[in-house]
Amino acid sequence: MNNLIGKNLTAGYGGVDIIKDINLEVNEGEIVVIVGPNGAGKSTAMKALLGMLSLTSGSVEYSNKEISSMLPQNRINLGLAFVPQTNNVFTGMTVEENLEMGGFLREDDIIHTINDVYDLFPILKKKRNQSAGELSGGQRQQVAFGRALMTQPKILMLDEPTAGVSPIVMDELFSRIIEVRKTGVGILMVEQNAKQALGIADRGYVLVNGKNSREGSGEELLNNPEVRKSFLGG
Amino acid sequence: MIDFLNSIIVLLNFIIIPGISYGSQLALGALGVTFVYAILRFANFAHGEIMSFGAMITILFTWFFQSQNIGLGILPTALLALPIGIIATIILCIISDKFVFQYYRYQKSVPVVLAMVSIGVMFVINAIIRIIIGTETIKFSDGQKFIMKAKKFKVMTGLNEGLALKSSQVITIFITILLLTFTFWFLQKTKTGKSMRAFSDNEDLALLSGINPDRVVFTTWIIVGVLACVAGTLYGLDKSYKPIIYLNLVLPIFASAIVGGIGSPFGAVVGGYVIAFSEIMVTYAYKKFFVYLLPSSIEPTGLVQLLSTDYKFAVSFSILVIVLLIRPSGIFKGKVL
Ligand SMILES: Nc1ncnc2c1ncn2[C@@H]1O[C@H](COP(=O)(O)OP(=O)(O)OP(=O)(O)O)[C@@H](O)[C@H]1O
Ligand SMILES: [Mg+2]
Repeated sequence: MNNLIGKNLTAGYGGVDIIKDINLEVNEGEIVVIVGPNGAGKSTAMKALLGMLSLTSGSVEYSNKEISSMLPQNRINLGLAFVPQTNNVFTGMTVEENLEMGGFLREDDIIHTINDVYDLFPILKKKRNQSAGELSGGQRQQVAFGRALMTQPKILMLDEPTAGVSPIVMDELFSRIIEVRKTGVGILMVEQNAKQALGIADRGYVLVNGKNSREGSGEELLNNPEVRKSFLGG
Repeated sequence: MIDFLNSIIVLLNFIIIPGISYGSQLALGALGVTFVYAILRFANFAHGEIMSFGAMITILFTWFFQSQNIGLGILPTALLALPIGIIATIILCIISDKFVFQYYRYQKSVPVVLAMVSIGVMFVINAIIRIIIGTETIKFSDGQKFIMKAKKFKVMTGLNEGLALKSSQVITIFITILLLTFTFWFLQKTKTGKSMRAFSDNEDLALLSGINPDRVVFTTWIIVGVLACVAGTLYGLDKSYKPIIYLNLVLPIFASAIVGGIGSPFGAVVGGYVIAFSEIMVTYAYKKFFVYLLPSSIEPTGLVQLLSTDYKFAVSFSILVIVLLIRPSGIFKGKVL
């Protein structure tokens, strides 16, 4: 079984540690949600898992293999994919080119996967020749999501996939995420819309001040009074 | 009517044809600068010397071929030597990257540091060139010099004004069209070209898509080497080769790249022609042109020249300053391929 585990991760920027001793785990076919206040280090934790910043201590394992010192692009090759919170599309390239770049490493015919993405997000098919920078925020998120799917990942990391999108598109994105999970992909996502996200999650983590503060099944966290008070608006 | 035709010929002969061919040379040069800027994200001041180096190798092999009596008939022998020059220039680019630029890239140095480093590289290449080929002016064009001679044109058309068309001009235009078409096709249609655009657009996301930065950088230097060597050789073929000229060319080349929007290949090409035509139009003495067009009573007595040719570099400089003031991103928004 494929899984991604971050053990006792400590990392940050320019010598300042932002996350301290964090543990995260996501398995194949699972939706895992990270919630927490702004600036808690959620994005930083994801970047640490991908090797986009170097660890002060701790380790990252993928399917029982230590990958802590591997370059990000090589982790992509293993089956990890990541949609960053910001700057997550190639703005100067068309929608289709964005998807092609997602499939850059693949040697087989990527046209089927492109069509799968178009089935998942029909609007992208209509906008295929438009440059991604000219799309609306919600459409851009779909391009970003689609680009990550092009690598045919085993583990998909999404940093606030529904940021800035309308409630309708948000529901749609969540149902797409559930569809992707059905294909056996493990999904680790950071979400501000904690109620909906925990609603579809198998498990969840609460990060506060760069530390694990709580973890449990989606339901447990949803029903936890403290979590409700801090993140779910009572 | 005849006067009108004569005036048109004057314009063609002294402004339009030289403008297109000089513009093509600048465009190729600026395209190289823009590639480095878009991918490696620094202003490469060594670009003029890289062009000069390419031209020098081409000249050395031109001499060699000439001594062996190998030639291309009516075409300049330099065209035969050009591929060798290109390979040498690519090697020079890759060596300077491996030994100099790469270090600063891995250190994640800021662009201004890399720009300063490129000035160092510029001096080193310049010194190498002086050691190898000296500082004298070298004319290395052979074959048939003119496609159309001014005198022949006069006889043919019966006009007062002659139209001269140098082979070097036609070759410049032809090769430029070929090279630009190839470059744009490469960027738009090939997987490697697209990955370069992606890298230039969003480096982090390119890494997350599995694009290998070292490969992108390597390909960039190959393209830069080709463009620089061809630009340098064509310029030398058209005018003459002199190491100092290439140092001076850096200004109009950067002006072209910046005016068009640095990082935008299309902008670099347009910028090249804008700068070339401005330089020529501002420094051309229009007296003859007006003599044909205006009735003799109001014919100009002076040269009708806005600026002496000695000041042609001031033109690029002024345009550069004006563009930076009015539209800092250039005519076509720059930054990405
Ligand atoms: N590139 C960076 N360089 C330096 N500090 C950074 C950088 N990115 C983030 N930080 C700092 O790290 C801390 C955590 O940021 P991070 O982006 O991980 O938070 P987050 O939990 O994702 O917040 P949000 O919910 O707002 O996205 C913040 O204090 C931020 O200022
Ligand atoms: Mg974040």
